[in-house]
Amino acid sequence: MGVPISVTVNGQHRESEVDSRTLLVQFIREELRLTGTHVGCDTSSCGACTIIMDGKAVKSCTVLAASANGSDITTIEGLAQNGELHPLQEGFKEEHGLQCGFCTPGMIMTAVQLLEDNPQPSEAEIRHGLEGNYCRCTGYHNIVKAIYHASRKYKEVSHG
Amino acid sequence: MASIIGKSVKRVEDKRFLTGKGNFTDDIVLPGMTYASIVRSHHAHAKINSVDISQATAVDGVVAVFTGTDIANAEIGGVPCGWQVDFKNGDTMKEPPHPLLVADKVRFVGDAVAVVIAETAAAAQDGAELVSVDYEMLEAVVQGPDALAADAPLVHDDVPHNTCYDWELGDKTATDEAIENAEHVTKLEFVNQRLIPNAIEPRAAIGHYEEASEKYTLYTTSQNPHLIRLLLSAFVLGLPEHKVRVISPDVGGGFGSKIPHYIEEALMVWCSGQIKRPVKWTAERNESFMTDTHGRDHVTKAEMGFDADGKIEGLRVKTVANLGAYLSTFSTCVPTYLHGTLLQGLYTTPAIHIDLTAVFTNTTPVDALRGAGRPEATYLLERLLDNAAREMNVDPAELRFKNFIPPFDGVDQPGYQTQVALQYDSGNYQPVLEKALDMVDYQEFRTRQAEAREEGRLLGIGFSTYIEACGIAPSAVVGSLGARAGLYESAQVRVQPTGKVSVYVGSHSHGQGHETTFAQVVADKLGIAMEDVEIVHGDSESVAFGMGTYGSRSLAVGGSAIMKSIDKVLEKGAKIAAHKLEVAETDLEFANGQWTVKGSDQSIGFGDVALTAYVPHDYPEGLEPGMDFSSFYDPANFTYPFGAHIAVVEVDPETGKVKLERFVACDDVGNVINPMIVDGQLHGGIAHGIGQALYEGAIYDESGQLVSASFMDYTMPRADDLPMFELDRTVTPCPHNPLGVKGAGEAGTIAATPAVVNAVIDALSPFGVSDITMPLTPERVWKAMQTQTKEAAI
Repeated sequence: MGVPISVTVNGQHRESEVDSRTLLVQFIREELRLTGTHVGCDTSSCGACTIIMDGKAVKSCTVLAASANGSDITTIEGLAQNGELHPLQEGFKEEHGLQCGFCTPGMIMTAVQLLEDNPQPSEAEIRHGLEGNYCRCTGYHNIVKAIYHASRKYKEVSHG
Repeated sequence: MASIIGKSVKRVEDKRFLTGKGNFTDDIVLPGMTYASIVRSHHAHAKINSVDISQATAVDGVVAVFTGTDIANAEIGGVPCGWQVDFKNGDTMKEPPHPLLVADKVRFVGDAVAVVIAETAAAAQDGAELVSVDYEMLEAVVQGPDALAADAPLVHDDVPHNTCYDWELGDKTATDEAIENAEHVTKLEFVNQRLIPNAIEPRAAIGHYEEASEKYTLYTTSQNPHLIRLLLSAFVLGLPEHKVRVISPDVGGGFGSKIPHYIEEALMVWCSGQIKRPVKWTAERNESFMTDTHGRDHVTKAEMGFDADGKIEGLRVKTVANLGAYLSTFSTCVPTYLHGTLLQGLYTTPAIHIDLTAVFTNTTPVDALRGAGRPEATYLLERLLDNAAREMNVDPAELRFKNFIPPFDGVDQPGYQTQVALQYDSGNYQPVLEKALDMVDYQEFRTRQAEAREEGRLLGIGFSTYIEACGIAPSAVVGSLGARAGLYESAQVRVQPTGKVSVYVGSHSHGQGHETTFAQVVADKLGIAMEDVEIVHGDSESVAFGMGTYGSRSLAVGGSAIMKSIDKVLEKGAKIAAHKLEVAETDLEFANGQWTVKGSDQSIGFGDVALTAYVPHDYPEGLEPGMDFSSFYDPANFTYPFGAHIAVVEVDPETGKVKLERFVACDDVGNVINPMIVDGQLHGGIAHGIGQALYEGAIYDESGQLVSASFMDYTMPRADDLPMFELDRTVTPCPHNPLGVKGAGEAGTIAATPAVVNAVIDALSPFGVSDITMPLTPERVWKAMQTQTKEAAI
């Protein structure tokens, strides 16, 4: 039966009723029509569905929509502000960190938390931080560079 | 204006993907859409006694259920194979049907038995779980060589010995003699293991029949939408082609697995016609593992003979290729014309022979996977070369230098005629290896390796110098070899009245950045801004025709079609410019988007000429208005990129774990339009090749269960498994296409695998190890060390 939920997604308050078995990723994609969050494996292995939920990067294919009740969610669509790309989005573009673009939203949302936790990561720390995300196109080479690029930008910003 | 050819222009397509605005097949929702769930066999081989759908149809929300009997009653043919390979005796290959839903017996785990269509995906799944199939289990055959056993169960009752075809290429007598008389013969028996492609976007298909127009639209995750339309309409469903539209929107990686025409595509279209509503199917990852075509799966015995100087005298190969349960679209040409024909490698080997048997088994169909046949050929050659060097106590780099084909540019010197049918276009092989050796600092490494061994550390270096046949392909040549399609490409360049340009191309990007690279070419040649060029692909309604993207062909073949259309634009533009400037065409030169009267400052811009073409008031007599040109380009030959890849590894003597320390590559892909994109293609390819060497492998148990059918069970490289790749290149232009390009999409995968395996074998050389079966898991590496140590001790 329907479970009422109330969530904030990309700054907008949303209320809905979901099936108890509806996954958060299905709610985001099908009900909210925010299709930037992708399903690559439905078993929380590939990371394509990664979103930020209450400040943490989570795989939305493994969260029930009902259990997301009351949470604050950011998806890839909510990352750019006022038409300005987020430093990570910028980094991925500058360093050619994406090819087919399917894993990209999940990669970026994972990297958001990675840089949140560790604003100046080493190459090894970046690679370790991406362990939960598969990319089949880039060999990760330029994704690592993209995140490093963004971290430099963070540094510039924080040093004024 | 400086040329933008050869510049790392940032990608045009990035913004939509970075902001979550990509448009993938599963993102599409149509009014009144229904959802399909496919009932698949859990058994590898079983007779279907009956299918009971009564419980499924009773599920709330279920709209329709169809079974194999419905498909058979509708007299729908199966999905066809696109390449005919004949038996040695001239008989046509065995081509058993691959129906959209099977009615008689299932032949692999994942074979489709029924489809349930419902108002929601969840209801469809509920229904599918309630379809009850009564199976009578049959014995399964899984491994290629086992399929040839006299008592092997038959996958298709009317295919004796499970043999699709047997095939040979090269001079058998000369090769047997060469091996017989060789001073040294290096032998290797190995399995080039089955791989599962795993594009991160699962396959999906939406069929949409519109009653009013009697038109069918298929949205599909395909690398070649026009080919799907042709096969779907002419061969499977018998629909009028002009009433069928196929759209492949953004495609999330393919790697070959999105080339074939799959049953689900035809099934969704047919189902939509039955229920008069759109029907969507999206694979779950488990279905991707079971039903996306797999790759490789060769069992090979190879022998390479050398003279006393280390010159290769002959190469003899015997292979069994496992094609799986049914023939996928290009399955038959992969082990033959994309594998056997590449056995010359970069070497002057005077005698080559391959004998190959392709068999059916109770496994997922096998087709092209990144590289497709060429990785198998390169693995074979490069493993033999490194092993031979060790056995003959010659440096592996030296052995290659000794055997390289001398340089030829394909212009002043002719192309190189191989012993295995192909003629290489242009090549200069020594410099790539020299450069790669410099990059890796080879002499320093050998010193470091010796010192490390003193400390009990196992460092190794492995080489791979490869060639591939890309730019697929000259139609007449492939036609003579059995292809049932031409492999040209089309491009339409439409100059709009304002001078903006729309380009409609028949190739289709699934990550390769065509919207950028093609726009660079067009902008450069027409002297206009890149922002003024739009690349359109992936829709059979807007693009006239195309054969799609695979075999590293898009720029070499599709880019050449663009160039032909650009030539036509400039030719017409010159006529208009000459008229406007009141001079002869021969007095004009075109540069930077302007026609200028030679030796004067009188000129007219591209935009003005375009506008004149559409507002032809003051216009050359007899010239048609408008500026819109289509071209088809059929290549004169394949293209032949090449290169040298070197892997440096350290093996943990305690655990057998391989750490890839460095990966160095020097490639020659001909001229380069966008170095950033080319390097990106190489990175991805290398990672895929490393994946095969160290991590990936499909595992079936004896009963035909696919044991490795999830990301938890099938290992692919993750970010912390790989180092930064060190790349460089040389440039040997392709002599036969207008851009001089050769293709870069598969090079990394073709080259990387043997380099990594050779490096591990080199690291373990103190143990006398000469072979380890891929993937080189810690367990296998550790066991190899133990076995060999024990044997050495005895």
